[in-house]
Amino acid sequence: MLSLEVAGVAKTFTMHLQGGLRLPVLQNLEFAVAPGQCVALSGPSGVGKSSVLKLIFGNYRCDEGTILVRDGDTMVDVARAAPRQILSLRRRCLGYVTQFLRAVPRVSALDIVADALSDLPRETSRARAAAMLSRFNIPERLWNLPPATFSGGEQQRINIARGFLPEKPVLLLDEPTASLDAKNREVVIEVVREHKRRGAAIVAIVHDDLVREAIADASLDITRFAAAA
Amino acid sequence: MTAPVYNFAYLDEQTKRMIRRAILKAIAIPGYQVPFASREMPMPYGWGTGGVQVTASIIGPDDILKVIDQGSDDTTNAVSIRKFFSRTAGVRTTTATREATVIQTRHRIPETPLTEDQVLVYQVPIPEPLRFLEPRETETRRMHALSEYGLMHVKLYEDIARHGHIATTYAYPVKVAQRYVMDPSPIPKFDNPKLTDCPALQLFGAGREKRIYAIPPYTPVVSLDFDDHPFEPYRHDAQCELCGAADSYLDEVITDDNGSRMFVCSDTDYCETRRATGKGAQQSAPATEHRS
Amino acid sequence: MTGTDERPLLTIDGLTKWYGRQLGCRDVDFDLYEGEVMAVVGESGSGKSTLLQLLSGQMEPSSGCVVYRQRDGSIADVWQMSEPMRRFLFRTDWGYVHQDAQLGLRMGISAGGNVGERLMAVGWRNYAAIRDSAKSWLDRVEIDSNRIDDTPRTYSGGMRQRLQIARNLVTAPRLIFMDEPTGGLDVSVQARLLDLLRRLVADLNIAAVVVTHDLAVARLLSNRIIVMKAGEIIETGLTDQVLDDPSEPYTQLLVSSILPV
Repeated sequence: MLSLEVAGVAKTFTMHLQGGLRLPVLQNLEFAVAPGQCVALSGPSGVGKSSVLKLIFGNYRCDEGTILVRDGDTMVDVARAAPRQILSLRRRCLGYVTQFLRAVPRVSALDIVADALSDLPRETSRARAAAMLSRFNIPERLWNLPPATFSGGEQQRINIARGFLPEKPVLLLDEPTASLDAKNREVVIEVVREHKRRGAAIVAIVHDDLVREAIADASLDITRFAAAA
Repeated sequence: MTAPVYNFAYLDEQTKRMIRRAILKAIAIPGYQVPFASREMPMPYGWGTGGVQVTASIIGPDDILKVIDQGSDDTTNAVSIRKFFSRTAGVRTTTATREATVIQTRHRIPETPLTEDQVLVYQVPIPEPLRFLEPRETETRRMHALSEYGLMHVKLYEDIARHGHIATTYAYPVKVAQRYVMDPSPIPKFDNPKLTDCPALQLFGAGREKRIYAIPPYTPVVSLDFDDHPFEPYRHDAQCELCGAADSYLDEVITDDNGSRMFVCSDTDYCETRRATGKGAQQSAPATEHRS
Repeated sequence: MTGTDERPLLTIDGLTKWYGRQLGCRDVDFDLYEGEVMAVVGESGSGKSTLLQLLSGQMEPSSGCVVYRQRDGSIADVWQMSEPMRRFLFRTDWGYVHQDAQLGLRMGISAGGNVGERLMAVGWRNYAAIRDSAKSWLDRVEIDSNRIDDTPRTYSGGMRQRLQIARNLVTAPRLIFMDEPTGGLDVSVQARLLDLLRRLVADLNIAAVVVTHDLAVARLLSNRIIVMKAGEIIETGLTDQVLDDPSEPYTQLLVSSILPV
């Protein structure tokens, strides 16, 4: 049983503002991830690793192929799913962990993290958000402030905390440890291992070799699928 | 020297028929404002041209007419309308409520209970109760058509919010026969309870606005209110200083520059009748002192 | 999932509006589900305001239909309904937030009266209850309840807009239409309003159609997006998908025209 199955995926960007310039990125992408497994994407920067995550998450449209994500007993094809199905899949089955904060004005750090568990009662989600913030060493005095004014590192950790909080079957990690200090990098490794133990299928972009070795079960070189321009 | 010859009651017969048709329609749909082709009358708007046209259309040679203005038979307005009809229709006029068959009124309902043999004709300045809140006529008509009257309560809500109670004291909106919300013309809300289940036919004429509406005899008329702020008719807490009546609507009369004042019945006929039958105030001396 | 109705709340099919020979919009189709927020973007004249008026029952389409699933589960074409039904729907189950608060509020009536109007329209006749409800709604939209008896004339632009929202939400509508809800407001006021809208829509599980020319507003508020040009839908999909991976030339132009924050 697999949690994620990608087959025959191709992606090309057409830049209409540059006279219809076509930028092929990926072709014939193929891989699968089982529950509890972590696949690390590798290859030089610009080869399309982030595009892979965005295709799976439904941020990028898929030109060809299938992207099957397990939803209970069925597999949903993100490449063909209606917007509503993708939203529902993201809410229940697909997590995306990134450092980049989409700042929401006036919402406190605690609530930004707790919002990731919006299905739970407020009390519970806040308690669990608080625990996660402490793990990532965010001082308690910052919890009730909106993160827009925090330091870059703090904002990054808040976002990672938010991404790791819900226990979803498939997790996409987009450089979760970049520019973290050693202490917090250890926390990420710990948290990823916990997710794996509970059966999450993980696709990760990790530049840090130490972290990759600590979490990845397999490595997938995206260069193999890079489309010839 | 020949005096001008008027048709009976001034209006030509065609016009009267047109107005009667409007009146019949108004009676058939209680509280609904029926448009009619209001005529120019030999008096300015605001002097009761709507009421006068309604009266002219329903009065017959045997009728006895009474005209009141804020309860009084002897103000300029009342006197001139009475004269107008005695000149153009040759009908008898009276100041006694009991005697009259047609009573044209501005801003009051007589204190003496009306009977099935009487018609009360109101002069109406602004017939549309929703106008204060919704100036678009197209919209207010639609609201009447669809019984969308929430807005009327917004007005009462505003009263309570501002004054702690419903401060609307005249032209207090009513719902007629569970259907149309109606402006009863600027009568004091003291008179509102007299509107309901009244044996007399009540007709309302707005000349400038070209609308006629009606409350047929014995029609339920309810003053709008809130459960926790029920409708209450207002009356000065006093007795008439002339006739001692404790149940009539009172006018406050300032009697000198020092702020002396007295309360007297607004309905002059009611007051005079009571005094004539010996129900005058026991201590009438101080009251009359201020008069002269 | 028990008890929830999986059918769309609103189904739009072939919606077209001609103003004489001038096209308002053409062949618009989409489904809107409970709790979904749909942004309609495009420049002035793209037909997005026409579309909003057609959707919200304010203007009759030349062809096509707007089908709504009512609270009792029955499905009705808004333009086949009787006018009283449509108007009733409009002031109970639907809301409409105008760009210009003066169009959406009664400027001469107190804030409490503005919020309470819809309740009185559906038959509330207890002053204290109406006032309590108005107070709690003012509180939810962050207006000091001491201002309940002031008219919106004395309110700032942002407060007026929040009052308009309270006035609409007091009957717990399931669908709300917004026409440039943050247009004409200062940036800081916009941020506050957007945050409030985002929270209310999520907490109350309201479906919304938001017309805006501001892609940042679309990104913050909506799950899905429709891009309109010259009266037609040229691109549609998940908001982040359309904004991160726009496929149409016009959408790419729109996205590339956003000023970096």
